Amino acid sequence: MTTNVYQLTAKEKRFIGWHFIVAVSALALGSLFGPFQAMEHAGWDFYEKFLNPIFHSYYAGLTLHGVLNALIWTTFFITGFLTFTMIFGLKRPLRYPKLNQVGFWMMVVGLVTASIPILLNQASVLYTFYPPMKAHPAFYIGVTLVVVGSWIEGWGFYLTYYQWRKEHPNTRTPLIAFMSLITMVMWQFATLGAAAELLVDLIPWSLGLRAGLDPQLDRTYFWWTGHPLVYFWLLPAYMSWYAFLPRQAGGKLFSDSLARFSFWLFLLLSVPVGFHHQYVDPGVPSGWKTVHSLLTYSVFFPSMITAFTVVSSLENAGRKRGGKGLLGWIAKLPWNDPSVLAQLLAGILFFFGGIGGLINASYNINLVTHNTAWVPGHFHLTVATGVTLTFMGILYWMVPYLTGKELWCKKCAVIQVWLWFIGMTIFSNAMHVVGLLGAPRRTPLGQAPYIPEEWAGHLLRVGIGGFILLISVYLFVAVVIGSLFTKKLEKEVEPPVADSLLDPQTTPRWLDRWVPWLVGVVILLIIAYGPQLVYQISTAQFTSPGFRVW
Amino acid sequence: MANKRESMHIDPYERTWIMISILMLIVFFGAITVAGLSFGVRVPDPVARVDPNNLAASGTFAEPGLKEVAPKRYEAYIVAQTWTFNPREITVPVGSIVKFYVTSKDVQHGFKLQNTNVNMQIVPGQVSSLAVKFDEPGEFDFICTEYCGIAHAAMYGKVIVVP
Repeated sequence: MTTNVYQLTAKEKRFIGWHFIVAVSALALGSLFGPFQAMEHAGWDFYEKFLNPIFHSYYAGLTLHGVLNALIWTTFFITGFLTFTMIFGLKRPLRYPKLNQVGFWMMVVGLVTASIPILLNQASVLYTFYPPMKAHPAFYIGVTLVVVGSWIEGWGFYLTYYQWRKEHPNTRTPLIAFMSLITMVMWQFATLGAAAELLVDLIPWSLGLRAGLDPQLDRTYFWWTGHPLVYFWLLPAYMSWYAFLPRQAGGKLFSDSLARFSFWLFLLLSVPVGFHHQYVDPGVPSGWKTVHSLLTYSVFFPSMITAFTVVSSLENAGRKRGGKGLLGWIAKLPWNDPSVLAQLLAGILFFFGGIGGLINASYNINLVTHNTAWVPGHFHLTVATGVTLTFMGILYWMVPYLTGKELWCKKCAVIQVWLWFIGMTIFSNAMHVVGLLGAPRRTPLGQAPYIPEEWAGHLLRVGIGGFILLISVYLFVAVVIGSLFTKKLEKEVEPPVADSLLDPQTTPRWLDRWVPWLVGVVILLIIAYGPQLVYQISTAQFTSPGFRVW
Repeated sequence: MANKRESMHIDPYERTWIMISILMLIVFFGAITVAGLSFGVRVPDPVARVDPNNLAASGTFAEPGLKEVAPKRYEAYIVAQTWTFNPREITVPVGSIVKFYVTSKDVQHGFKLQNTNVNMQIVPGQVSSLAVKFDEPGEFDFICTEYCGIAHAAMYGKVIVVP
């Protein structure tokens, strides 16, 4: 279709492939513990019976699950995927590939450094690591190295883009490269909070260089990063829905300019919203909580644009395949293609996750859901399905693309995706319900003395859902590993980048200019966070020593 | 500037959708504002700072417990600590309004009074406060909802509302 497609070199593919190897390994180990938690709720405690000598507690397992799945699987997958979309989008190699390699290896070193104390039960502080619970310093240092490594890979992208821009002064930035850059820039604004928390507070404190911390201030730093972290996971999935899925389904992207517009809004609105995770915090005035709740709701707007554009693009594809009538096009979509199926089902469950998110963000309604099992129920629809199932779908075309070998057992992949959808529907629904009834999150409910008997049925569904997901995730790992040993493809996979219905050159220039938008991001951050940061820092009481409570 | 290339192409359906989205957003903003201001359902506001290492010196938390400030009006001072609440049980007559003041002497905890709108993050150095009226007799568990260590699941207490 398009000529002059830059073909990635074997070396570039290997580099991307390493990201995915680490990502899938993290998912494989981390996902083992999710179902153990779920089955504990149902009354089947594997920790007590089998795991105790190696994994000392429910919380060592929960920390591994959170860190490996939410932080490592995502970050490694995303940096690998963005490396591909930058190179393939700009049709040129990275400007300084060595710089990106440094970033990648720093992430690997960080992962190993953080994993050792977790495995030795020296850092069972969960992936939110709220002080004054104190982990081994290696945990904080490792997490920092992962983040800084991802920044360095981002800088490699910026320098590549800068070079491309010099060579193509009047061309619109190719959509997938544009979206990759937005994702990285957003991430770098987002991680400033965690950087402050880790570098100024947690690392010196865990090393004994600081006597005490102000836990409220650290919560504010953490949630500066904690919410946009969600968008760091989501934007690459959106990129796949906008720019790959239409082509995979046989159609075109409905609107290039609205896709870009929504990404600018995500950049603008992802970060200045962190207080919506702190609605019930004692140290944040309710006025500022209201400001952040309204800003959070504004994200609804680009999400709606995304929903429209993605569904219209799919309709375009379905009609081209012969779909008729109002809804007939839906049946014509290639539901038997595991990569398409994964993304469609991810989108369906993500829709419900989005509605739950609106409920969580609704200021005082959050009192009903905060810190209940509803919350993990919610984010297993968003990050663990909307994002994770999409990433699995991407790998279903990308593994054959990178290795040049065909996907092993396509039918297994289709079954895997359906199992994920079914398991997650059962698990997540039960978690939402039991959360509304008052069950706390992060709690081995099988041991809690205050659990009424009426919850037993829901907790059983939590366990059943978790068990189905366990089967699904290892089927996924089996398909990926199996695909390394299949026969060579006769024809190389062509990356399914969708064309847009209108030439991107007709997209207005203001959607391809960085400075005004970046200024907007900074101004909005100063408005939304400035006064409270100044207040919380100037009145901070660094009185909390560290505690080891596990 | 305003030549054709600089304006964004928007499909008519898309335009309608955008209008609907904006309208929904306005309705949501309105609903949140109304819910936030009426019905008396509040989120916690800052009330006081304390030194978590020396709660005895902080006056109100020196002797945690229930204090009657007027007929059927109480203030409950509760200290959260690994892995219990102090006090673990309070008793009030039906129709009472109880304002809870909760702080932590070690790590972060949670304080969720089941089947009410009281749900607070308990952060060392801060005092979390919300009030609730008990219209029905019965027992209301307050449970720790933030991971606070190995025996977190066992951390709870209860309010007994007597006729």
